[in-house]
Amino acid sequence: MTLDIATHSQPPGFSIGQYAICLRGIVWREMLRFLHQRERFASALVRPLVWLFIFAAGFRQVLGVSIIPPYEVYVLYEVFITPGLIAMIQLFNGMQSSLSMVYDRETGSMRTLLVSPLPRWFLLSSKLIAGTAISLLQVYAFLAIAWFWEIEPPIVGYLTVLPALILSGLMLGSLGMLVSSLVKQMENFAGVMNFLIFPMFFASSALYPLWRVRESSPLLYYICELNPFTHAVELIRFALYAKLNPAALGIVAACTVVFMIGAILAYDPAHGFRARQGQTGGAA
Amino acid sequence: MQLRTVALGAALSTAFACEAGAYTAYVSNEGANTVSVIDMANFSVIATIKVGQRPRGIELTKDGKHLLVAVGDDDTVEIVDTATREIVGTLPSGPDPELFTQDPEGKLLYIANEDDNLVTVVDIAKRAPVAEVQVGVEPEGMGMSPDGKILVNTSETTNMAHFIDTQTHEIVANVLVDSRPRFAEFKKDGSELWVSAEIGGTVSVIDPVKREVTKKITFEIPGLRAESIQPVGVRITKDGSKGFIALGPANRVAVVNGTTHAVEDYLLVGQRVWQLAFTPDEKYLLTTNGVSNDVSVVDVAAGKVIKTIQVGELPWGVAVSND
Repeated sequence: MTLDIATHSQPPGFSIGQYAICLRGIVWREMLRFLHQRERFASALVRPLVWLFIFAAGFRQVLGVSIIPPYEVYVLYEVFITPGLIAMIQLFNGMQSSLSMVYDRETGSMRTLLVSPLPRWFLLSSKLIAGTAISLLQVYAFLAIAWFWEIEPPIVGYLTVLPALILSGLMLGSLGMLVSSLVKQMENFAGVMNFLIFPMFFASSALYPLWRVRESSPLLYYICELNPFTHAVELIRFALYAKLNPAALGIVAACTVVFMIGAILAYDPAHGFRARQGQTGGAA
Repeated sequence: MQLRTVALGAALSTAFACEAGAYTAYVSNEGANTVSVIDMANFSVIATIKVGQRPRGIELTKDGKHLLVAVGDDDTVEIVDTATREIVGTLPSGPDPELFTQDPEGKLLYIANEDDNLVTVVDIAKRAPVAEVQVGVEPEGMGMSPDGKILVNTSETTNMAHFIDTQTHEIVANVLVDSRPRFAEFKKDGSELWVSAEIGGTVSVIDPVKREVTKKITFEIPGLRAESIQPVGVRITKDGSKGFIALGPANRVAVVNGTTHAVEDYLLVGQRVWQLAFTPDEKYLLTTNGVSNDVSVVDVAAGKVIKTIQVGELPWGVAVSND
């Protein structure tokens, strides 16, 4: 087992070029893996599109959406849930990237990665960047299809949403990474789906405006407010209309840092959860 | 660098173009008994004028100096000075005035008296009644032909468009339309008259020469019950190429091709959209949304709703100044 070689987390000074080679290698591998898994790309697109075409059409008349910032006009339900569906793409992608880490660990390819002499935090960050880059591909493909469904944010919005997507992608990716460090086996991942993805998605402003949630249940409203996913959705929603939501930006940035530090600590063989679990390598 | 200069120039010229189109819009708030004054340069309410009870019909005099507001529960039409924004007088409109229209010169005002089945003609300058015309039950919509010779009044309960000769003040023809006609609007070339029917859910296109319905525009919005589609306000562009129809509780404005009369689009606006008005350059169309207490701004060329402005309670009518 190689995970216990702690010296690798204090590298003897590498050049920026070497870091770049490592980053490119990891991003390239993830991209190839994603592009070769056609089903994954298809399912990443079909999932939000099903919500958009079917769910939103059904609820269009039931949930008349009033005007709340950043919208300046009345919007149809489809338009309202689009930022939520974008965040959903990133949420699933973040979890799926971490799922691939569990898979890597089981098959042993993670060992190859972790024996790299570069620092552990850099390897994890590269992995995170790779995952976020993939989520951007998915989001823009979704937005392109949604455009034909008359979801037409201002042109500049496609550009201004990019930094928001990068930040929310990093937050959800690092959360996934943190979670993956706790999951011993692939089979346990279904539990993550049920206990993390669904509650996060439904207890947020992705599908309904929070003022409406507050009307029916103040408690649920507070839960939604505490949910970092809500703030990722709002950050994306505002950015898509070329506006900034400073509160959402602050919360998402802070959560990204916390989750990232958590993930790095968790994957640090000396202190991590895995060390505490008394397990060092793959389950295989 | 050059590119930047060009971009800056373009940005500045756009900014100035916006300044040039600084019209003022006036919205009558039926529930609040006020008129909201909107600066169209930045789409914001800049003043609220207290008026009489139940203000509905609203129009500017042709010289733009006065705003006329029909205050139904006070049985009069109030005259507001647009410079000082104060009420400077009233017109003897007869009981319960709702909608009105002016002759092309802006000398006479034709007012529908909903409760008395009358159209009252008032001389604006003299502030005195000139004539009364007996029409059908619950008169409402008032449309003036571009040459000023024919006034069309619609009566809500009789379901008719009455053609009134403005010289003799006699009804010269009646055209049966669908249930509860609300609004009458001529094309600027006088070739067509459009009459909306709230309960019937249609807009009848009438040939003003033959005085018969030549076409009925119908509306269908997927997922909406037919009963919630209630056409009210109608506006047609000066070139006659496009018509806009407020569909009441359907919360949408229909965009209709002026030549083929086919519905091209439905624009989502606020709740219970009632009356419409263009800015004089026809760049924007304003809609009053009675239930959501706001006004939507439609970019006419783009066919998109671009802004919503909060006004007073139950906005009903809207008029836009010429400068």
